[in-house]
Amino acid sequence: MDFFSALSNPENAFLRQSLLVGLFSSIAFGIIGTYVVSRRISYLAGAVSHSVLGGIGAVLWLKTIFQIEWLDPLYGALPAALVSAFIVGHFGHRSGKQREETMIGATWAIGMALGIIFVDMTPGYFDITSYLFGDILLVSIRDLQLIIALDLIIILFVGRFYHTLMAICFDEEFARLRGLKVDLFYQLLLGLTAVSVVLLIRVVGIVMVIAMLTLPAATAALYTRTLSGMMLLATFFSAVSIVGGIGISYSANLSSGPMIIVCAGVIYFFLAAIRKNE
Amino acid sequence: MNSDPPIIKISKLNFSYNDNPVLENVNLEIVKGELASIVGPNGGGKTTLLKLILGLLKPVSGNLEIFGMTPAKARRRIGYMPQHAQLDPQFPISVLDVVLMGQMDLCDKGLFGGFPRQAATLAKEALAEVGLADHSQKSFSELSGGQRQRVLIARALCSEPELLLLDEPTSNIDPRSEENLYVTLTKLNRKMTILLVSHDLGFVSQIVKSVICVNRQVIIHPTSKIDGTIIKEIYGGDFNLIRHDHRCDHAGHSHHDPFSGNRENQVTD
Repeated sequence: MDFFSALSNPENAFLRQSLLVGLFSSIAFGIIGTYVVSRRISYLAGAVSHSVLGGIGAVLWLKTIFQIEWLDPLYGALPAALVSAFIVGHFGHRSGKQREETMIGATWAIGMALGIIFVDMTPGYFDITSYLFGDILLVSIRDLQLIIALDLIIILFVGRFYHTLMAICFDEEFARLRGLKVDLFYQLLLGLTAVSVVLLIRVVGIVMVIAMLTLPAATAALYTRTLSGMMLLATFFSAVSIVGGIGISYSANLSSGPMIIVCAGVIYFFLAAIRKNE
Repeated sequence: MNSDPPIIKISKLNFSYNDNPVLENVNLEIVKGELASIVGPNGGGKTTLLKLILGLLKPVSGNLEIFGMTPAKARRRIGYMPQHAQLDPQFPISVLDVVLMGQMDLCDKGLFGGFPRQAATLAKEALAEVGLADHSQKSFSELSGGQRQRVLIARALCSEPELLLLDEPTSNIDPRSEENLYVTLTKLNRKMTILLVSHDLGFVSQIVKSVICVNRQVIIHPTSKIDGTIIKEIYGGDFNLIRHDHRCDHAGHSHHDPFSGNRENQVTD
């Protein structure tokens, strides 16, 4: 296949780099996705990722108006994600199911709206497509370093507090009765989800990141009934979708982010149908 | 036992959700060794009473002492089984991991987290206690309703509690599992005080020593006094607070040991 010959072509260092980013992203997608799916917070993750556009817009505007050269969209995206995760997690969670849903929807849309308004206010033209839909073929070495650092933090945190996080996700009330710091750990988990969303947006974009946080983990759940098993399998399915997506998009000259999502979706629905008929 | 102070002591307690009174002027004492059932209509406040005892809810007014402490401090000595319907049955978790939650004090400590062998041993003993010793590696989601119920009882037992609170242990279980549950609870009652919420009066009268009726107000009856009038009272409308048992006498409110002497003679109603 020309994708594999292209990979070994010395001129295509960017392609190898994209592939590495994809493979390392799979670890974050697999582990965080497992919590997102089993704790059923995919809409919360969706709100966090869409609010990121507000942060990116604000930073683009500040950068242009005040000519602050060092400002990177990441400096807007990260606070926006953390703040929205805290708002929805803290206030939404405390005020009951209905209020939580309202807050998720509001954060989702307001973040998006603020982003567009800031871009409108910024002189010059900005193409926000790569933020919305991702472009893994444009990642830098710094993206790769950040994602590897994220993987390490996730693995250390989840490994160290595996049972605590499981207890909180499975039965929050009981975990509280047994003296666990439920609110703290829930916020830490959401914070980690927010950071992951920000870094993973490079791969599939704001709009589609929740698909990569849910489809591979949901596919894994068809075959395993433990959290750790789900994490491993979800990482695997995520890697397959990303490699497949990059390969097809490169060969067929189509957008990489959507192709990765289509791969993950096809794998999920295909395997779910097979499992159902077994 | 005579000199033991009550392990649950509730006086003049009121609780409401957003100004809707749920429990009014509750006075209740539970002594060590009790096996009591909490009965009453839906929405009558049964689960609320349990959550107050656990300190998950705070009373609007009144006093509540568990083992002579605040509920939050007494928690470690209490085992709790929630209604299993409120848990996600699809959550990817093994039976052993569910039960280990009862021993979270021992888990995720030290540099690497994880759980010590001691916790696994306690968890397996608790599973054996409810007759599910060979199910520890199974997934929680593949169990039947009755088995899940028993896993949650094992989780409550795993912390070696002195007081066991069970919310509807008889819902969704078949008659055979119910029979097993009688035996298990009677056996456990030798070691600990048990309060259980139940809709099922038949279940109640077979094994429990007292019945606590909750319908905005709370009244405790010894099982021997359960008859038509009381059942009508439990499920029919409002009633005044009357102590049907023998723990108060005509002379005032001095306390008697409910397990000494003939219950019938001491009834004050």
